[in-house]
Amino acid sequence: MEVDGDEGSGWDQLTGGSWHGLGLTDPIKSVEDKWLLLPAFLKVKGLVKQHIDSFNFFCNHDIKNIVKANNKVTSDVDPRFWLKYTDINVGMPDRNDGSSVERKVTPHECRLRDITYSAPISVTIHYTRGKNIVQRTVNIGRLPIMLRSSKCYLTGRTHAELARMTECPLDPGGYFVVKGTEKVILVQEQLSKNRIIVELDTVKNIVQASCTSSTHGGLKSKTYVATKKGRIYLRHNCVHEDIPIVIALKAMGIQSDKEILLLTAGTTEAYKAAFAANLEDAAKLGVFTRQQALEYIGSRVKVNRKVMGPRRPAWEEALEALATIVLAHVPVKGLDLRSKAIFVATMTRRVLMAMEDEKMVDDRDYVGNKRLELAGQLLALLFEDLFKTYNANLKTAIDKVLKKQSRTSEFDAFNTMQFQGDHLTSGFVRAISTGNWSLKRFKMERAGVTHVLSRLSFISALGMMTRISSQFEKTRKVSGPRALQPSQWGMLCPSDTPEGEACGLVKNLALMTHITTDVEEPPIVQLAFMLGVEDISLATGTEIYGPHTFVVNVNGTIIGLTRYPARFVAQFRRLRRARRISEFVSVFINHHHKAVHIASDGGRICRPMIIVENGRPRVTPEHIALLKKGTVVFDDFLRKGLVEYLDVNEENDAYIALYEADIVPATTHLEIEPFTLLGAVAGLIPYPHHNQSPRNTYQCAMGKQAIGAIGYNQLNRIDTLLYLSVYPQQPMVKTKTIELVGYDKLPAGQNATVAVMSYSGYDIEDALILNKASLDRGYGRCQVLRKNATLIRKYPNGTFDRLADAPVDENTGQIAKKYDIIQADGLAGVGERVDPGDVYINKQTPTNSTDNSFTGQAAAVPYRNTPMSYKSPVAGNIDKVLISDTENDQTLIKVLIRQTRRPELGDKFSSRHGQKGVCGLIVNQEDMPFNDQGINPDTIMNPHGFPSRMTVGKMIELLAGKAGVLSGKLQYGTAFGGSKVEDMSRILVENGFSYAGKDMLTSGITGEPLEAYVYFGPIYYQKLKHMVMDKMHARARGPRATLTRQPTEGRSREGGLRLGEMERDCLIGYGATQLLLERLMISSDKFEVNACSKCGLMGYNGWCTYCKSSKQMAQLTIPYAAKLLFQELMAMNVVPRLILDDA
Amino acid sequence: MSIDPRRLVGIKAERVTDVSSRDFPGYYPDEDNSWNLDAFKENLTVKIYRVSNRSIDFDLVGVDASIANAFRRIMIAEVPTVTIESVYVYNNTSVVVDEVLSQRIGLIPLNVDPAMMEMRVGDEATDRNTLVFTLTLGCTRRKDAPKDSTDPAQLYENHELLSRHLLWEPAGEQEAVFAAKPPGPLNPDIVLAKLRPGQQIEMTLHAIKGVGKDHAKFSPVATASYRLLPHINIKKTIPPHLAEKFQNCFSPGVIRVDPRTKAVSVDEQGVRNDTVSREVLRHPEFEGSVELGRVRDHFLFNIESESAYPPQRLLLEAISVMRDKIANIKRAAEALLDRPADEDVTMG
Repeated sequence: MEVDGDEGSGWDQLTGGSWHGLGLTDPIKSVEDKWLLLPAFLKVKGLVKQHIDSFNFFCNHDIKNIVKANNKVTSDVDPRFWLKYTDINVGMPDRNDGSSVERKVTPHECRLRDITYSAPISVTIHYTRGKNIVQRTVNIGRLPIMLRSSKCYLTGRTHAELARMTECPLDPGGYFVVKGTEKVILVQEQLSKNRIIVELDTVKNIVQASCTSSTHGGLKSKTYVATKKGRIYLRHNCVHEDIPIVIALKAMGIQSDKEILLLTAGTTEAYKAAFAANLEDAAKLGVFTRQQALEYIGSRVKVNRKVMGPRRPAWEEALEALATIVLAHVPVKGLDLRSKAIFVATMTRRVLMAMEDEKMVDDRDYVGNKRLELAGQLLALLFEDLFKTYNANLKTAIDKVLKKQSRTSEFDAFNTMQFQGDHLTSGFVRAISTGNWSLKRFKMERAGVTHVLSRLSFISALGMMTRISSQFEKTRKVSGPRALQPSQWGMLCPSDTPEGEACGLVKNLALMTHITTDVEEPPIVQLAFMLGVEDISLATGTEIYGPHTFVVNVNGTIIGLTRYPARFVAQFRRLRRARRISEFVSVFINHHHKAVHIASDGGRICRPMIIVENGRPRVTPEHIALLKKGTVVFDDFLRKGLVEYLDVNEENDAYIALYEADIVPATTHLEIEPFTLLGAVAGLIPYPHHNQSPRNTYQCAMGKQAIGAIGYNQLNRIDTLLYLSVYPQQPMVKTKTIELVGYDKLPAGQNATVAVMSYSGYDIEDALILNKASLDRGYGRCQVLRKNATLIRKYPNGTFDRLADAPVDENTGQIAKKYDIIQADGLAGVGERVDPGDVYINKQTPTNSTDNSFTGQAAAVPYRNTPMSYKSPVAGNIDKVLISDTENDQTLIKVLIRQTRRPELGDKFSSRHGQKGVCGLIVNQEDMPFNDQGINPDTIMNPHGFPSRMTVGKMIELLAGKAGVLSGKLQYGTAFGGSKVEDMSRILVENGFSYAGKDMLTSGITGEPLEAYVYFGPIYYQKLKHMVMDKMHARARGPRATLTRQPTEGRSREGGLRLGEMERDCLIGYGATQLLLERLMISSDKFEVNACSKCGLMGYNGWCTYCKSSKQMAQLTIPYAAKLLFQELMAMNVVPRLILDDA
Repeated sequence: MSIDPRRLVGIKAERVTDVSSRDFPGYYPDEDNSWNLDAFKENLTVKIYRVSNRSIDFDLVGVDASIANAFRRIMIAEVPTVTIESVYVYNNTSVVVDEVLSQRIGLIPLNVDPAMMEMRVGDEATDRNTLVFTLTLGCTRRKDAPKDSTDPAQLYENHELLSRHLLWEPAGEQEAVFAAKPPGPLNPDIVLAKLRPGQQIEMTLHAIKGVGKDHAKFSPVATASYRLLPHINIKKTIPPHLAEKFQNCFSPGVIRVDPRTKAVSVDEQGVRNDTVSREVLRHPEFEGSVELGRVRDHFLFNIESESAYPPQRLLLEAISVMRDKIANIKRAAEALLDRPADEDVTMG
């Protein structure tokens, strides 16, 4: 890192006082290429910086804090024994199997071997051994390591080094490899902690202020101050019923009614009037003193004491509850609850304000009221829980040893720790691999926190890393949380959200957002005091709500007052720009609440912006030139106060110009680049600002299904299912985002020459016509690789699975056809073609593997064949065979089978504008229309796709693409910019084409010119993963479900095609009784039963077991399901009787 | 040169008019437009403008679009060529997988004259219908490579599998038949796969004769297409100050501007190079002053051969394929006449 006053870069000359000899009359140069700050930003931060920063914060700082908070283990048996954790460190990932020489393990090895990429956690302990105090270091477990975090081997490596580790340099990292699967901990969106939120329930006419307190130590509780029938109450989980607010305040030590009134209503008459009734209520209840108030509350406090000790007086219970449980985040010195009382009073005042004026209600969907919880925070919670349990276990184990009166050797707690098992390791692995964060200790019960990283395409993996999931229930029909919030501007991508139930709840980060981690609070508080803030504990209500006083909050807690908020904020910001405090601390004024808020907590979304001073951006063209030269990096811009991070709240305090030309004297900031308001996935769309907005949203969903290249290591990967494009191309019309995320290096699509015209009628409903010659030459060709894995097990009874070579048929002396690719090692040869039904792993399993009493020779046991055979109806090739062993020494065999597919009728394609379609017809080249140059289109698209979709961006993409092809340059379609249509038209005309992009085509069938000019040029098309080959299905006869004897369901089980209720209704309506009978019974689960016409029960073989007779038996055909129903009813003591007519 | 307006296709700003020919009997009253061999002979011209190793430009004038199109279609889809069809992979450790490498190999144009081979019927490969090639290559490290070099060409031996590595294995009488020109790729420098040390490729390839409608690799042409001769009719004099602008609305060399008088005129020779960009129709100042058209029966063919055929032979091959087809139809039609009505007629 460079230090201030570094001469080499010439930086100081620039930032120095002079304006480079420029006079006042000189024209101001505009900062061109200021967007270059974006790549500089991404270079420092990477695309998934939020995950990595959060994880780094956890394993470098947070983990130490947690251990510090739980650092002592003592024994109930021996009071002289203690064990203290003094330090904790997370190492680098290593191999867990003891004997290996090379300890270093790469993530890719973990993926292939189905093991966990984890590093040991070692603690330094001090403990008593006999009379001595001993220091030792011991491993307590293993922590899965986030890829590209500070503990990962991939961090800071060159491309060549990464290549040696078979890792893709473009892979963003930020995920974990657990048991061989890549797992992402999604960003979780939550309402911010420790802040007051005022809500209005218009139905019940209730105003309430709530505050969720959360402190380090994990205690979480929610406190409400709410109205009920015009009175205000304090509500909290630890008290049975609502406490009148006046009583609560009295219990907190504010005894005088006058003071209560001043602290809550202040001097405002309206508030006073609204509050007065509460004071009367307290008087009516006979509560006047603090003691009375505490008694009142104490009798209503929920007591949950684990150990039944002596009962404490009620007031003591109340005092403890108020001091420790209610609003736990407000610091309490001794038993002085004044600061807490002021907090409650503030909440009350906010309720009063909201009662008076509905506008004073807070918006819980406002992004400034949200906090994003990241992998680090979730792991911290998990670690704290596991560590506490670990310590509890350790304590019981120590107690157990110490309980023994006479020990052979001196007790050494180190040994006990060695045998503590893998509680932490398995806890982490279980949580991450199942996604269940079930922490009873913190009342946390969350499922679906982690997801398997989708490797369908590079973009789908990247999109997953920027995804934010909301805690809201998906089923609730509220529009608020789903709506696009104006405060999301620049922070969350407005386009990238799924359709359907999760719409608006699952969001994605924009390109330049950063999520803060915790910054220490005490220095900030101190700084605030130094800047002239008066301590709140010295103030009375009159002062707090005085006409010019502003309350200063730090992370939601009130610390003091200031008379000059603007000056205070300005000074505070100046210090931040000078890097005296962290750049992620935000400060802003809330004029409605007359408060200054300072926030340093983690999980706030923020983004960098150029600072504007005196109507000029502080970043000048000279700075950009230095940046281009590479002598400065993004951090230098921050350090020199040219650029700063603003969070959502502070954005409201700023006047931000979108473009330099918009700067007016009041402007405080300048956007770095408008297109950063989109996310990484929406950034792929060329000219998105010309499209109808839902189209961009559709493309965001489809870009993740496009088949392309997924990483430089794609051919070394063995994934369950991997789709790869044979000839991926970078788009002709790219965007700056494409270059920044590396989509041009790992593309998913091809530049198809498209003719927008109707052809053949097989192009209705968005169907596409494809050129057969293009397909012959490799357009749209893709590979599908499927993993088939098995374990060669060793069983507890000593027996084991084995691989066998191909069996020779006894009669013919030949090897059966289905074994023809099996080689001597029992595995299929690499490169061999696998036909349907072929065996590719000839495994054999001992017949007595579960027999635990078996003691004989393991090699001599009888074996049965358990081969793995190829199921797909289309032949494939063996791509790779991997033999390895897992962490518990089982042999693992993975066989990767590859299919290469050329597009066929029904395969799905899409452009980058949410315009999907299936292939409707494949046309020979000679039948395709051609232009004067003899160019045939690869694809024909029906023009009806345009009017209703309004994807003008697609039309401009074609124009720009065509111009790019003709001029031999790639064009840009960057959002809010990009190559201009006028320039594109000029290039077309210069090259002898029509300015409009429309060409005169000749029909390939008649040979005559087409009567209309056809819009003709390249558009980037993606092949989507939905291919008919994986979907087509038909059945005549086939398997049936055992229970009902009806045909099975679903393609994978070769199921039948259901004639459902609505189809049945049609047949009934039509009166097609015989067809109904056939569909619902004869072709399904026809069953012959014998029924007795006398008793109506079913018998068998012409015999009624009820009547003990065969006299009146009849045979009838009913669905087996009906027979089953009858029998099930009988089992429940209901007798269904068949009444037979006409028998 | 004035052209009969009946021969013109109208090029309007937003549409093309009169695309079909109407010189058939009964369209124009009191005119006999029935087809006449002598008239056809007189009108038909084929003029070659340019021939190069790989491509040819010629004009075909005086035929209906259907005939010109039939030649184009036949050249793309039905003129046979010899191309690799079967690939037998013994070893392939390169990063390009077998299927993809096979597809790439199939697309290599071979220098084998299809006339010297027979179509393969069924699966039986003989020395008359199949050529066998082998492709064997292994990449090794070069001992003498400069130390800090990153250029694969310096570092490795055989770092690219090229079409030149195809080795013909003569069989039967082939040695003698193909003695003049041993079969091989037309272009020796097509990259099929990149190799790195230790990677090996060993395969046998069978080339057969086939047609483009089966697979694009059998198509003998890269482009085979035509466009119609542009026709520009200046109706009003163009004001001198707009002359240059007018000229720029067309391809270079199409419009002549008199350096002195600034009078514009159409270059009769240059007009064929016009791309008909319709730029002139865009400008309001030229509205009504020019009429664009194309000559309906004047086809400017451009054919690029990507096969053993020299470009000038392709049209002839197309004609011979067409004649075979006509003969076939003729036979079938005659068979229809000869047979009693209730009997089935088999074609071919």
